[in-house]
This record gives sequence, structure tokens and C-alpha cells, in this order.
Amino acid sequence: MKKLLLAGSVLILGLTAVVPQILAEEQVNSLRGDHALDENSTEPEMKNWQLDRDPIPRDHVKQPPLIPHKTQGYKINLKFNKCMSCHSWTKYKEAGATKISQSHFEDRENNVMANVAARRYFCTQCHVPQVDAKPLVENTFKPLPTVK
Amino acid sequence: MSLKDKIKCFQGWLAGFTATTLLVGGIAFGIIFWGGFNWTMELTNTEQFCISCHEMEDNVYVEYQNTIHYENRTGVRATCPDCHVPKEWGHKIVRKIRASNELLHKALGSINTREKFENKRLKLAQNEWRRMKKTDSRECRNCHSFDSMDYTAQGRRAFNRHIKAVDDGQTCIDCHKGIAHELPDMHEVDASVVVGQTSK
Ligand code: HEC
Ligand code: HEC
Ligand code: HEC
Ligand code: HEC
Ligand code: HEC
Ligand code: HEC
Repeated sequence: MKKLLLAGSVLILGLTAVVPQILAEEQVNSLRGDHALDENSTEPEMKNWQLDRDPIPRDHVKQPPLIPHKTQGYKINLKFNKCMSCHSWTKYKEAGATKISQSHFEDRENNVMANVAARRYFCTQCHVPQVDAKPLVENTFKPLPTVK
Repeated sequence: MSLKDKIKCFQGWLAGFTATTLLVGGIAFGIIFWGGFNWTMELTNTEQFCISCHEMEDNVYVEYQNTIHYENRTGVRATCPDCHVPKEWGHKIVRKIRASNELLHKALGSINTREKFENKRLKLAQNEWRRMKKTDSRECRNCHSFDSMDYTAQGRRAFNRHIKAVDDGQTCIDCHKGIAHELPDMHEVDASVVVGQTSK
């Protein structure tokens, strides 16, 4: 029994020594890049905002649509939500914007609020503006033609 | 010379003095006073002066530093007086006199903490909105104007609304509130731009 335990722990020890090596060989880097902790990371490349444009086609059902315009300087805090000054149900027509959908009014118990619910208040948690960045990894996702 | 004569002589001299010297002196004094007046006007028309009060520096100034009018692509900056003090002389004097009320509130400590400032902020902002609305956003138009905008170079949201704004006679502050500072708590003003409450 003791021998078995010993063999087991040796095996585990061995594995913990080897696995990081395998990982390292695959060149897994953090987003910071391959830098020692006490070194500065490489400066990120500056990206440009894309010009305002048509709504960007959605790839799947219930996808939060991407933001087709600049959002520079738009503030969202407890006192005021800049996005809602164009996307609320009372403002969207005047602004020529898409109104937020009904789903945005429901809290997690499915109570319907009089305006956007707290869990949908911080828009940029789900909706993201676009810059001229190349995708970090290749993406082979294809939407089903029937639900596109 | 009798005493009478002496006095007469002195009076004559005095008359000569008042006629010429006073005139020259008056002009000199006028120049200095006038210059000093304008100098004071200029001195109180700088950002440095505005933020010499912590009420201005700790709140609005800090927020303004994150906005386009503080730092932008072309490096042209709009300072506090550019947006808040009229350029034209008459309007400027009137605004300065009105603004002396800020001294009173400085002394009263009306907004001397962040909390007090936030509580009074809606009122202050509304004063400013009313002023800009009344003057067709005159201070904005010192730098910007619909006439000199190249609409084709603007984003399409800006393009669409500006074209329509010209026809509808809308003014900058109608759509660009909060351009240089955080907005006050908008719950009272417009319930559609804050978090929804239960409809029950
Ligand atoms: C000045 C008004 C304005 C503001 C402020 C604004 N938007 Fe928009 N937004 C628009 C307009 C107009 C469109 C529609 C574009 C079009 O159809 O040309 C749009 C489109 C969108 C869309 C795409 C909708 C679709 O059907 O694909 C999303 C998502 C969006 N905005 C999110 C946001 C978020 C999040 C914010 C705040 C960070 C925001 N918007 C602030 C005016 C605005
Ligand atoms: C928790 C994630 C989440 C948050 C937060 C969120 N949204 Fe959405 N949004 C979605 C999803 C998912 C959809 C698509 C499905 C739907 O309509 O519910 C969507 C759809 C939309 C649409 C398109 C509606 C339509 O009819 O096609 C607009 C516009 C929009 N959101 C704006 C906003 C704004 C403005 C905010 C902030 C007040 C916001 N969203 C916050 C997830 C979110
Ligand atoms: C002596 C300190 C002091 C200085 C200097 C000062 N402010 Fe103020 N400011 C105040 C106080 C205090 C208030 C709040 C007044 C109140 O409570 O009604 C105020 C209010 C304001 C308001 C709101 C106006 C309103 O009608 O309610 C504006 C705008 C403003 N200041 C701009 C400026 C600008 C621009 C400058 C520089 C030219 C400046 N201030 C310099 C102390 C100052
Ligand atoms: C001293 C001149 C000056 C004054 C006064 C001024 N602006 Fe500006 N404004 C600028 C400059 C400079 C820019 C930045 C241009 C650039 O490089 O993009 C700018 C940019 C803007 C933008 C573009 C914001 C963005 O995110 O692209 C808006 C909107 C704007 N101003 C509105 C106003 C309003 C409203 C007022 C009056 C309350 C005003 N401006 C007063 C000089 C001024
Ligand atoms: C009817 C509403 C409306 C009025 C009135 C209005 N604007 Fe705008 N403006 C917009 C919208 C919407 C945008 C685009 C969204 C944004 O920048 O947040 C915009 C964008 C801008 C921009 C940035 C343009 C770009 O594409 O980079 C400037 C500068 C500007 N406005 C200045 C002004 C000035 C100055 C006035 C007054 C002479 C004015 N606006 C009046 C709605 C308006
Ligand atoms: C681009 C124009 C612009 C510049 C630059 C600017 N302001 Fe303002 N300020 C405004 C507008 C517009 C308001 C009305 C409230 C709003 O819409 O945010 C305002 C409001 C205020 C208020 C009332 C309180 C509030 O937040 O509403 C104070 C105080 C003030 N400004 C002081 C200053 C000081 C001090 C500076 C310089 C550090 C400054 N402003 C620079 C445009 C400007």
C-alpha cells in the first residue's frame, strides 16, 4: 500500500514537472507578451475608431449587436446614461437609432421595469464599438443559414 | 502784494493748474485706471483664475480634463472662459457682474464639498443651459458654426442631425449637454436616461 502511494505521488510530481514544459513549448503567452514580471510590456499599437456606418450584420440569434459608431467620451454612471439619450424608447425616433429591445427592461426575476433594468444598464458590457484591429485568432464560425 | 493779491495770484495759478495739468493728469489717470480695469478683466478671464477656487478645480476642472475640449487631435484647447464668458465687451461686463455672486457663495461655502456640489449641480447646470439657450449658444459659436462645417466630413449621425437642426432652428446646447463636464443627476430631468424603477 505504501509503495503504491509512493509510486502515485512520484507520478504526480513527475507530471507537474513535465506539463508546464509541454505548455511552454506551445508558446502560451499572456496578453502582456513574453516579459518578466518586473519588465514593462510592449506598448500596444494605437487603434483608430471606425467611422459611423450602417448597423453591422448579426451572426447568431440573441447576439448583442456590435456598435456601428464611435462611443468616445460617452459616459455611463448612476446619474446619467449617454447611450440612452439616443436609444431609449422616448428618444430613438428623434435620434434615428434602434430602440433597446424589450429584453432590456426585465430584471432577473422577469419583472418588467419602467425603463432599462439595472442588469442591462452598463451597455458596453455586452455591446462593443469597433476599431481597425485585426482578429487576434482565426475564427471559423459560420452562422446557420436558416437562422441568419 | 497784499494778502488778497497773493490769494488771487494763487487762484490764478490754481486755475491754470486745473485747466491744463488736471487735463493731462486726468488723461494719465484714466489710462492707468482703464488699463488696470482691462488688466483685471483679462486676469479674471483665465483658466488659472477660475481654478484658483477649489470648488471649480476639484469638480468641473478634473472632469473637463477627460474631454475633447482639453485634449484633441489638432491640439486646439477651449478653456473655461471660452465657453462661459462672452467675448463681446458689453456682454462680458454683464456676465462678470452677475458672476460676482460666485464670490458670495464662495464665502457662504455653498458648494465647498463634493457632496454639496453634487446636490446643487442640477441648479447650476440649468442656469448655464438657460443662458446658452437664450444666446443661441453664442460661446460655442465663437469657435464652431453650422456655416463652416464640412458635413461630408462628419459622422453620419452628426450629419443627419445637424442638417435637420439648421432647418428646425435648434441650438448646440439642445443636443450637446454635458460636453465638458459630467452631467448632474438626471433622474428629475429625464427618466429615460437613467436606470428604470419597477413599474408596479
Ligand atoms: C447621439 C446618439 C447616439 C448615442 C449617444 C449612442 N448611439 Fe448607438 N446608435 C445611434 C444610431 C443613430 C444608430 C443607428 C445607426 C444607423 O442605423 O445608421 C445606433 C446604433 C447602435 C447599435 C446597433 C443596433 C443594431 O440594430 O445593429 C448599437 C448596439 C448601439 N448603437 C449601441 C450604443 C451604445 C452601447 C451606446 C453608448 C455607449 C450608444 N449606442 C450611444 C445613435 C446613438
Ligand atoms: C447583458 C448584456 C446586454 C446589456 C448590458 C445591454 N444589451 Fe443591448 N442587447 C443585448 C442582446 C443579447 C441583444 C439582442 C437580443 C435582444 O434584443 O435582446 C441586444 C440588443 C440591443 C439592441 C438592438 C435591439 C433590436 O431591436 O434589435 C440595441 C439598440 C441595444 N441592445 C442597445 C443597448 C443599450 C443602449 C444598452 C445599455 C442601456 C444595452 N443594450 C445593454 C445584450 C445586452
Ligand atoms: C471665488 C471662487 C471662484 C472663482 C475664482 C470662480 N468660481 Fe465659478 N463658482 C464659484 C462658486 C462658489 C459657485 C456656486 C455659485 C452658487 O452656489 O450659486 C460657482 C458657480 C459657477 C458656475 C455656475 C453658474 C451659475 O449661474 O449657476 C459657472 C458656470 C462657473 N462658476 C464658472 C466659472 C468660471 C468660468 C470661472 C473663471 C472665469 C469661475 N467660475 C471662477 C466659485 C468661483
Ligand atoms: C475655443 C474654441 C471652442 C469653443 C468655445 C467650443 N469648442 Fe467645441 N471644439 C473645439 C475644438 C478645437 C474641438 C476639437 C476638434 C478636433 O480636433 O476634433 C471641438 C470639438 C467639439 C465637439 C466634437 C466632440 C467629439 O467627440 O468629436 C463637439 C460636439 C463640440 N466641440 C461642441 C461644442 C459646444 C456645444 C460648445 C459650447 C458649449 C463648444 N463646442 C465650444 C473648440 C471649441
Ligand atoms: C439636433 C441635435 C444637434 C444639434 C442642435 C447640434 N448637434 Fe452637433 N452633433 C449631434 C449628433 C447626434 C452628433 C454625433 C454624435 C456625437 O458626436 O455624439 C453631433 C456631433 C457634433 C460634432 C462632431 C462631428 C464629428 O463628426 O466628428 C461637432 C463638432 C458638433 N456636433 C458641434 C455642434 C455645434 C457647434 C452645434 C451648434 C452650432 C451643434 N453641434 C448642434 C447633434 C446635434
Ligand atoms: C466646451 C465648453 C466648456 C468648457 C471648456 C467648460 N465648460 Fe463649464 N459648462 C459647459 C456647459 C455646456 C455647462 C452646462 C452643464 C452641462 O451641460 O454639462 C457647463 C457647466 C458648468 C458649471 C455648472 C455645474 C455643472 O457641472 O453643470 C460650472 C461650475 C462650470 N461649467 C465651470 C467650468 C470651469 C471652471 C471650466 C474650466 C475648467 C469649464 N466650466 C469649462 C461648457 C464648458
